[in-house]
Amino acid sequence: MFLDLIILILLVIAALWTVMTRSLLRASLGLALVSAILTLIMFNMDASLAAVFELSVCAGLIPVLFISVISLTQPLTFKEAVEHMRSRMARFWELPLIVLILGVILVLLSAKFKAKLPALETQASARFVLWHLRQLDLLGQIIILFGGVFGVAVLFKERKKRG
Amino acid sequence: MHALLILAPFLGSFILNLPFRKVNKRLSFGVCAALFLLQMAVILIPDFGLNKINPAALANIFNFDLGVDALSKVMLFCIGLVALVTLCTNSLFLKDSDDKFNFINVLLIAVSGMNGIVLAKDIFSLYVFLEITAVASFILIAFNREELGLEGAFKYILLSSIATVLMIAGIALFFLVSGSTHFAAIHSALLAQDKSLLINLAIALFVSALFIKGGLMPFHGWLPDAYSSAPAASSVFLAGIVTKAAGVYVLIRILVSIAGFSLTLKSVLLFVGAFSAIIGAIAALTQTDFKRMLSYSSISQIGYIILGVGTGTVLGLAGAALHIFNHAVFKSLLFMNSAAVEKALGTRDISKMGGLGSQMPVTGLTSVLGSLSCAGIPPLAGFWSKLIIIIALWSAGFKTYAVIAILGSVLTLAYFLSLQRSVFFGKLNAEFKNIKEAGFSLLFPMILLGVITLGVGIFLPLVLDKFILSFNAVLGG
Repeated sequence: MFLDLIILILLVIAALWTVMTRSLLRASLGLALVSAILTLIMFNMDASLAAVFELSVCAGLIPVLFISVISLTQPLTFKEAVEHMRSRMARFWELPLIVLILGVILVLLSAKFKAKLPALETQASARFVLWHLRQLDLLGQIIILFGGVFGVAVLFKERKKRG
Repeated sequence: MHALLILAPFLGSFILNLPFRKVNKRLSFGVCAALFLLQMAVILIPDFGLNKINPAALANIFNFDLGVDALSKVMLFCIGLVALVTLCTNSLFLKDSDDKFNFINVLLIAVSGMNGIVLAKDIFSLYVFLEITAVASFILIAFNREELGLEGAFKYILLSSIATVLMIAGIALFFLVSGSTHFAAIHSALLAQDKSLLINLAIALFVSALFIKGGLMPFHGWLPDAYSSAPAASSVFLAGIVTKAAGVYVLIRILVSIAGFSLTLKSVLLFVGAFSAIIGAIAALTQTDFKRMLSYSSISQIGYIILGVGTGTVLGLAGAALHIFNHAVFKSLLFMNSAAVEKALGTRDISKMGGLGSQMPVTGLTSVLGSLSCAGIPPLAGFWSKLIIIIALWSAGFKTYAVIAILGSVLTLAYFLSLQRSVFFGKLNAEFKNIKEAGFSLLFPMILLGVITLGVGIFLPLVLDKFILSFNAVLGG
């Protein structure tokens, strides 16, 4: 229980740092950190397959994609970055407060939830679930990937041509 | 057979991107149009050849759990129709053959996503297909890569992400309560644990997400910017069907198949519906940009649909479904009218227009049909759907909301009369003396939608009973 609490607090701190930091690069590293901590939680909850996906895709692949895109952009000067940070602090100072209040509310309400995950309908392997029980979702994921890759290729290719 | 409605557009897009792209580019319009026409035929003609395919033959290959009822049929037909007119609009507005080809591909992906939304019987599958539709919509809004389009797409991404977070949290809670993501299993679990705080929280999260996706007030922030800044064909598609499939349809499906209609939920729906119908109409009255006015009008009309849904009765649901169909037709038509005017004049500023009806008679006439149908003037199609919604509200005991709905209709008439007077009537500006009608590829769908608006209005009374009765099954009656 104590370990769970520490991990959750770390998760919230990492997430807040991700959205509050002035540098895009740091924000993408923060995102990787959030995913890494989330992986710990998933392992802790015996969801090892989800944890592996989270670690490889969300903590690995996505930050790499972000960092490679950020490397193509022009960074802010130090003065601009400080100014940006100040305005961000002025706009989002209430964010940690909101997170804290929501956390307290959820802890207070948790006693009322009394929910316990019912036994799963099947104890089948991940392979069977993906290829047989969730075939429609698998097709959906393929279409999303196709659409995403197609969209990025179309938008970037065109921009390059016009530039 | 219904699996083909999801697979065919996706495979069409995939095959078009295989080698021999030059040939594929030439074929793309025809392939796409044929797919959309087939979709409409499958829904409209029960004896159509494709409907006779033995489901078991496909089940050996694809094990998809899909379902079709009266509401899904209305949606599938609307998707096919709006996608077809979007395709025609696109062929006139995009000059570059690569751009046209790419647009067609994204359109096919979007149609595949929306067909998936309509056919899914599992809440997680539904979420996956919602995301497909959202991804395709971002691309469609930002397609021209102009500053306003990118800003509109960014706003859509931002608010859509919030909706996604709420939705996925709702799905997690539903799963926690029922141990399944199938509609029927969740519904049974909800019946067994009525009034649980967790269930109410899950429903509240999901419904809030769908209010954002549907662009209802006060969750509408993304909608006017996305609709007005998107390319002409994208606006037709987004306003015509995307918001309805991704927001309104899913809301109805969740209520009908999972959550049911509690008194609190009805009150929330009726309030949000009435608020959107009135405030959307008032906001439309103050606009000077043609497309922005239509965008706010969409918010108002979606409010109407939610008013119908909020009654929780068969009549209200039938009225809402009919208004979804009518709105898909007349709003696509009106966005095409605005595209034709913008193409001819190079501006969307209503204050600079006037007397265009003499130079653009087809655009002017179809625009009058679309506007009057939207305002609920008989004998046009919009009259019947609004009438059914108002009768449903009155007979369910929500008399105040029925009066508000009538007031909303009067406001709709006011802003559309003002729009017509400013754009198509009055004295023609000398600077626009030489303007001409848009090309055939825009005039044809305009005439088609105009005829549907008139035809459905005149002939609907003949099938009205049958149409309403078919919604008994949707509500499990």
